[in-house]
Parts: sequence; structure tokens; C-alpha cells
Amino acid sequence: MGWRVAGLGEKEMSGAKKGAELRLVTPGEAIGASSGARAGTGTLIMGDNIIATRVGWAKEFNGVTSVDPIHAAYMPRSGDLVIGVVESVRNNLWFADVNGPFNGLLPMSLAPWKVEFGAAREQMDIGDIMLARVQEVDEAHNVVLTMKGVGLRRLKEGIMSEISMNHISRLRGDEDSTLRQLKEASGCRIIVAENGRVWVDGDSDGIAFMRTVLDLVRNEGHKAKFSASMEALIEERRNA
Amino acid sequence: MGGYGDVKLLREDGLRLDGRKVDEMREVQVEAGVLPAAEGSAWVKHGLNVAVCAVYGPMEAHPRKIQRQDRAVIDVRYNMAPFSTSDRIRPGFNRRSREISKVTAEALESVVLVERFPRSKIRVEIEILAAEAGTRCVGITAAAVALADAGIPMRDLIVGVASGKIEDTVVLDLDKAEDNYGQADLPMGILPTTGEIAFLQMDGDLSVEEYNTCMEYNLKAAREIHVLMVDALKRRYTEKNGGEA
Repeated sequence: MGWRVAGLGEKEMSGAKKGAELRLVTPGEAIGASSGARAGTGTLIMGDNIIATRVGWAKEFNGVTSVDPIHAAYMPRSGDLVIGVVESVRNNLWFADVNGPFNGLLPMSLAPWKVEFGAAREQMDIGDIMLARVQEVDEAHNVVLTMKGVGLRRLKEGIMSEISMNHISRLRGDEDSTLRQLKEASGCRIIVAENGRVWVDGDSDGIAFMRTVLDLVRNEGHKAKFSASMEALIEERRNA
Repeated sequence: MGGYGDVKLLREDGLRLDGRKVDEMREVQVEAGVLPAAEGSAWVKHGLNVAVCAVYGPMEAHPRKIQRQDRAVIDVRYNMAPFSTSDRIRPGFNRRSREISKVTAEALESVVLVERFPRSKIRVEIEILAAEAGTRCVGITAAAVALADAGIPMRDLIVGVASGKIEDTVVLDLDKAEDNYGQADLPMGILPTTGEIAFLQMDGDLSVEEYNTCMEYNLKAAREIHVLMVDALKRRYTEKNGGEA
């Protein structure tokens, strides 16, 4: 059922051998016995069973049973590379929309500039886009961002687009292989952030190509034919 | 409710006016992911009832006073379209829709893992496009599918079903005449895998035996609808049944 195929080391739950298709599960569906197995993300132990809590692909890896959700909201985790849009500015901090349920907070102390109190807008104003990392997330989901780090900066040019969370790995490919091919084919600089936002900068032709690629990801990212369509698109671009 | 005495709701042959057996459900159809703008959505047709549900979020809860520090709040808006019944319904919130929104939210809160999203809000919009008795149950079923489609973690898919009593006979899934002229109505929100009840209302009187029969009918119907809900969710992502691969 479906296209998702077990990767290296993943023991698929359909009872078949490696490379077989994974099982598509829905919330409340029993995936396996709770004894001996540990419940990973997207699962819950209820009585003797491990049940799925999301629509997704059930898998087992190192004795941990989990569900790869097909559709999920972005939940910030510390260390994530994110692209944020400034939503409001205070005297010494910025609030950025990071595509999650809560705004991220960037304090002056974690910004790359030395700015006087009250002059935060001079560096970054509402609507500006930043490349940041999640510094920490507390139990109440307060997100603190940092811009201290290699490559973290305000993004002044290029385009920003959004794709759904489950399509990120499809755009990147195995060990970023697809992303590398896209960078080479388009001649653009591309950043795929953990929160489903993609930044592209290059010449207008390259950006136009990347827009078609992102449309393809959005429309076909969850389909079996995606890889073939993507390869065809890259090939066409190379031969053009 | 209490019966209207002279209204015949059962035929001589023991079948109901629309030809169903006492423990027979109206036809149910479920579709997941029907609205492009919503995070998750569902369309449910139950007999002549049609409900569409859209789910947005989790998002920051506004106004701030509704935020809960330890969990998400579920904001349900149940609404009947003005054209959903033969008498035009004045658009907007009324006492009935407010009540149904509240009980639906409470039913959904017991299945959604709300503690995963502290301080946030999950918006559930249920729109009844056509009504023929039992819309709150159809709304709950649609909401469950839409929440699952939106990727919101849940313990189970909750199913809304109803049984009732007409002419001193317990019947499953009341239609409009049976609801209007029957003796009792028992809508329920059931978690089909465990058989738990997350929502129960009773209108009219039922004896313990009648109640138990209603329970039995509802559980049976919930399992049948559950199969359709699971199928709708899986169909979105599989090649079977002409769905998208």
C-alpha cells in the first residue's frame, strides 16, 4: 500500500522483507505489542498494544516503534535551522514567525549586531526574513532563536517559499542528493530550513526553475511518481 | 419528545418508513482532504446529512485569556448553512449551535492529545450543508477525520452515532421523521477501538434495557463508520480506489 519503502536498517511492519512497503496507519490503530518494544514518535502505549496517534507510515528501528506522519505541523526543537519572518519588534528583541504554533523570540544578546537599546528596527524590521537557529524550547513551547553561528544572517535577497513538513526530506533526497543536484542544475543558492521554508537566491532563470521544482514538491511530493518527475525536471533543465 | 401517539413510524412488516430494518444505518460516505486551504479537512455524507469540516492549527491561542498553560484548547464552530433545512436558518451563532460546538469540543478534547500543544489552539470548523437529523453526530465524525488529516495526534478516531426509540421500539440512526415524532434520541461519540464513550446526550426517556440495546446498536454502527473513516484517510495516499498514489 502506498509508495513509502523501508530505508536501510528500518524494519518495516508489514511482515515482509526489507525494501517492502511500509504500513499506512491511522490514529488508534494497533501497530504491535507493547511488550519488548519501545514507543517512539507518533505512537502511544495503550494496554497491551502500541497504537498510532497519527496518519503515517509505521516503522521499527532499533526496537523503537514509531510512525512517520504524512502531515504534521512544525514543532520547533533546539538546534533546528529555521527561516523566520519578523512579526514584531521591541526595544531589544524581535519576534519571528517560524511557521509553528508559536512565535520565536530573538533577544538582542543572541543577535549578531551590537545595537543600542531601542534601535532594533534599524537592523531588522517587521517583514524582514532571517536565517536563525533554535536556541532552546521550554516545556511551555517558548521558542528562543539565535543568530550567532556560522551562516546565520538576515536574508536580504532571493525568494522564500513554503513546503509542507513531510516534503522536506523529499526535496533534500537521500543525504541531500536531490538538493545538490538542484543547486547544480539551477545555479542558485538554496537553503531548506527545518520549518518547511525554502530560500532560493540566484539569477531569475534559476529562481523560475526552482519555483517549478517547489510546485512539483507541493503537488506531488507524497506520490510514488515524484522521484521520476523530479529527475525528469532536472534532466530537462540540464539539457536546455 | 414523548411521542405523538398517532404518527406511524413503523410499517406493518416491522420495517421503518424508509424501508430500513430497526438496526440498519443510513448510507455513510467519507472523504478526507477536500479543502485546499485547510490543514486538514473532511466531507461526510450520512443519509441526507452533509457535513464539511476544516481544521486549522495548532496555532497561538488568541485572545490570550483562553490559553491554557498545560494544554491546547479546541475551538469548535458548528454551523448550519441557512439552506441546510426546509425552513431557512438565520445565519450566525444561535443557542443550539453554541451548545453543539461546546459538546463537540469536549468530545474531541478527550481524544486529541491536547497536552502536546500547550498554550495553543486548534480550530475546528464544522459546516452542515444539508440536515436530516443527527447532524451533531455527522459533525463529530467529520471533525475526527479532518483532525487526523491535519496530522494532529489523537488516541483514536471518534465516531458520532445515534440510536433512539420510536413506537416503543429501539432503532439505530434516526431520520428526520423519527427524530421529530419519536420518543427518545441517544447521540453518542464512541472511540471504536476501545469502545469508550467520549460524548453522550439523551433526549427523552429510555429504560435500562432500551438503553443497553441503543448502546449495542451504536457500538456496532460506530465500528462500521470507523472502517469508512480509516479507508477515506488511507485512500488519500494510496493508489487503490483511484486515489492518488
